Amino acid sequence: MNSTLSRLGWGVLAVIGAFCLGYVALNHGETINALWIVVAAVSIYLVAYRYYGLYIANKVLGVDATRMTPAVKYNDGLDYVPTDKYVLFGHHFAAIAGAGPLVGPVLAAQMGYFPGMLWIISGVVLAGAVQDFMVLFISTRREGRSLGDLIKSELGTIPGMIALFGAFLIMVIILAVLALIVVKALADSPWGTFTVAATIPIAILMGIYMRYIRPGRIGEISIVGFFLLIGAILLGGKVAADPVMAAWFTFDGKQLTWMLIIYGFIASVLPVWLLLAPRDYLSTFLKIGTICGLAIGIVFVAPQLQMPGITKFVDGTGPAWSGNLFPFLFITIACGAVSGFHALISSGTTPKMLANENQAAFIGYGGMLMESFVAIMALVAASVIDPGVYFAMNSPAAIIGKEAVDVAAKISEWGFVITPDVLLQTAQDVGEKTIISRAGGAPTLAVGMAHIISNALGGKAMMAFWYHFAILFEALFILTAVDAGTRAGRFMLQDLLGAFIPSFKRTEKMAPTLIATALCVIAWGYILYQGVVDPLGGINTLWPLFGVANQMLAAVALTMCTVVLFKMKRERYAWVTILPTVWLLICTLTAGWQKIFHVKPSIGFLANAAKFSAAADRGEILAPAKSAAQMQQVIFNNYLDAALCGLFMLVVISILVFGIRACMKAYAEARPTSKESVYEKLPDNAAA
Amino acid sequence: MFRDLAKMGAYLGQAARMMVGVPDYDTYVQHTRLMHPDRTPMTYEEFFRERQEARFGGAVGKCC
Repeated sequence: MNSTLSRLGWGVLAVIGAFCLGYVALNHGETINALWIVVAAVSIYLVAYRYYGLYIANKVLGVDATRMTPAVKYNDGLDYVPTDKYVLFGHHFAAIAGAGPLVGPVLAAQMGYFPGMLWIISGVVLAGAVQDFMVLFISTRREGRSLGDLIKSELGTIPGMIALFGAFLIMVIILAVLALIVVKALADSPWGTFTVAATIPIAILMGIYMRYIRPGRIGEISIVGFFLLIGAILLGGKVAADPVMAAWFTFDGKQLTWMLIIYGFIASVLPVWLLLAPRDYLSTFLKIGTICGLAIGIVFVAPQLQMPGITKFVDGTGPAWSGNLFPFLFITIACGAVSGFHALISSGTTPKMLANENQAAFIGYGGMLMESFVAIMALVAASVIDPGVYFAMNSPAAIIGKEAVDVAAKISEWGFVITPDVLLQTAQDVGEKTIISRAGGAPTLAVGMAHIISNALGGKAMMAFWYHFAILFEALFILTAVDAGTRAGRFMLQDLLGAFIPSFKRTEKMAPTLIATALCVIAWGYILYQGVVDPLGGINTLWPLFGVANQMLAAVALTMCTVVLFKMKRERYAWVTILPTVWLLICTLTAGWQKIFHVKPSIGFLANAAKFSAAADRGEILAPAKSAAQMQQVIFNNYLDAALCGLFMLVVISILVFGIRACMKAYAEARPTSKESVYEKLPDNAAA
Repeated sequence: MFRDLAKMGAYLGQAARMMVGVPDYDTYVQHTRLMHPDRTPMTYEEFFRERQEARFGGAVGKCC
C-alpha cells in the first residue's frame, strides 16, 4: 500500500515536471513566469534522482552498503573521517560550485532561455551527475585516489600522464577566463574596484585573527568579515561619487590585467593562512548564502522572463559569442550541465569522507543536480532583464559601438527595441558610468540578481547596492580560485617538470617554487592579456576554448568510468556512460574542429590569422592592433589558440583510443579485472 | 526546545566548518583517544593549522 502511494506521488511529480516543461516549450510568443522553469527543473531533478540516480547506484554500479569505505578504514579524524551525509553534501557542493554555472547560462541566453534550459536539465541528468557520481564511487572503491591515479591504474601510465597534462592546460585556460571575467566587471568601475580591493585587507585581518588572536575561530571572524564587506560596498558608493577618489580606483582593462597578474603571483606564494584561507572561508559562506538568497528571491518575486524563449541568434550570428547552436551552445554551458573539473573534486576530499557507499548517489548525483539548479537560476537572472539591455551589455564595442545612441539604434535594428535612455538609466540605477559591452557574464548576472533581489528587498534605491554585492560575490570567489588555482598549477607543474629535472619536485625550496609559480602566472596572464585586448571582447575567443577543454575532461573521466564498467564485467550497463561520452565527443570535437578550421574569422582561429596576415601583407592595420608588430602578435595568438585547441583534441582522442583498447581487453577476460580494493566488511557499529 | 536549538546550531556549525575543510574537532580527539591511546591529540589550534595547510597544499584547485 505504502509503495503504491509513493509511486503515485512520484508519478504526480513527473506529470507536474512534464506539464511545466510543456508550458515553457509552447509559450514562446509571450513572456512567461520564471517559476514555470524553476518548477519544471526541480521536478525533473527529483524524478531523475529517484529513478535514474538510484538505478545507477543499485543496478549499474551495485553499491554495497556492507562494504568498507576508506573513511572508516583509514579514519584519522583528519583526511579520512566518516561524515554525516548532509554535512558531506554541503562540503561537496561548496567544492564544486563556482563561477562556471553562473557565467555559462548567462552567455547562452543570447539564443533565448529555452535551448539553454533544455541542455542544462538533460545534460545534468544524463551526463554531469552521472560523471560526478560514478567518479566518486570509483574513487571510494580505490582508497579515495585522484583522477590522474585512477586513469593511470585502470588505463595505463601513458594515458595517466596525458590526462594530467590535459588537466594542467585546462587549469591555465580556466584561470585566464575567470580572471577575464573579473577584468570585464571591474574595468572603469571605481565602485567595483574599490570593494574588490578592500577584500584584501579584510581577508588579511581575518587571517591574522585566526592565526594569532583567537586561533581557529572561523565563525566569529567570518561574521565580522561579512559586515566589513558590506561596509566596503557602501563605502565604494561614496568613493565612486567623489571625483578625486574615483580616479584612484578607475583602471582600464590592461591596467587591471597587470594588477591581477602581479596579485596572482604574490598571493600564491604567501602563506595560506594569511590571505587565501580567510578569503576562501568568506567566499564559501557568501556563495552558499547568496545562492540560497537568490533561490528565495526567485520564488518570492516570481519574475516574468523578458527574453524570448528562442531568439533569432540560434543561427549562429549572435554578438556575445559566435557559432551555431550545435555545437556551441553545448560548449558555452559547461558547468551546470556537465563539468569535467568535477571529476577532480569527486576524486579529491569527498571520497575520503563517505561513511557508506550507499550515500554516494545522494552526494555525487544529488550535488551535481544542485549545481545545475544554480545554472537554472543564472539563466533566469539573465532572462528577467530587458533583452535590449542584455545585448548592450554582452556585445563587443566593435559590433555595436560605444555611445548609447548608436548602441540602442543597432540593437533595436536586431529586433530588441530599446532607447538610449533605458541604457543610461540602467547604468545609473546600478551606480555605473556605463553598462555597454560588459561581456563576461558577471555584470549581466549582477543586473539580473539586483533586479530580483531589489524587488524583494529595498526597491530601486537598493539596486546599486545589490549590483555591487553581486559583483563582489563573484569577484571574491574568482580571486580565490585564481589564487588556489595558481598554487595548484604550480604543484602540477613541479610534478610534471620534476619527471625531467628531479630537483624541481622540492616544493619547500624557494627557487623551484618561484620559478614554477612564475611560469604558471605567465601562462594564464598571457592568455588573459590576449583576451582583454581582443576586439571581439575576449570572451568570444576564450570561453569556447574553456568550454571545449572542460567538456573534454568530462569525456576523459567518462571514458575511464566506461573502462571500469567493462572491467567489472558490467558492460551490459555501459551505455550509461557511453551515451554521454559519445555526445560529449561529438560536441567537443566538432566545436574544436570549427574553432580551428571554420572559414568565418569570428569562429575559426586560422581564418582570423589569415585575415590579419592578408591585411598585414597589404600594409593595413586592423583593430585591436595599432602597429605592424602588433599585427604579427594577433596572428601569433590565433595560431597559439588553434594549437591549444588541437592539443586538447589530441589529448581526448588518445585517451579514447586507450579507453577502447582497455574495454576490449576487459571484455575478452572471463573475470572482473578492475583494480578496486579487496572487499572488507564494514564493521557493524560503523553502519550509517 | 532550547536543547534542540543548541543541537541544531552545533550541527549547522559543523556543516559550515566542513564546507571549508575543517572536520569536527571533538570527533578527532575522541577517535585519537580511542584508537591510538599512545598518541596525544593535537590541540585545537594545531589541528586547525594542520587542516588549513592540508586544504591548500595539494594539486587540486578550486572548481570553476
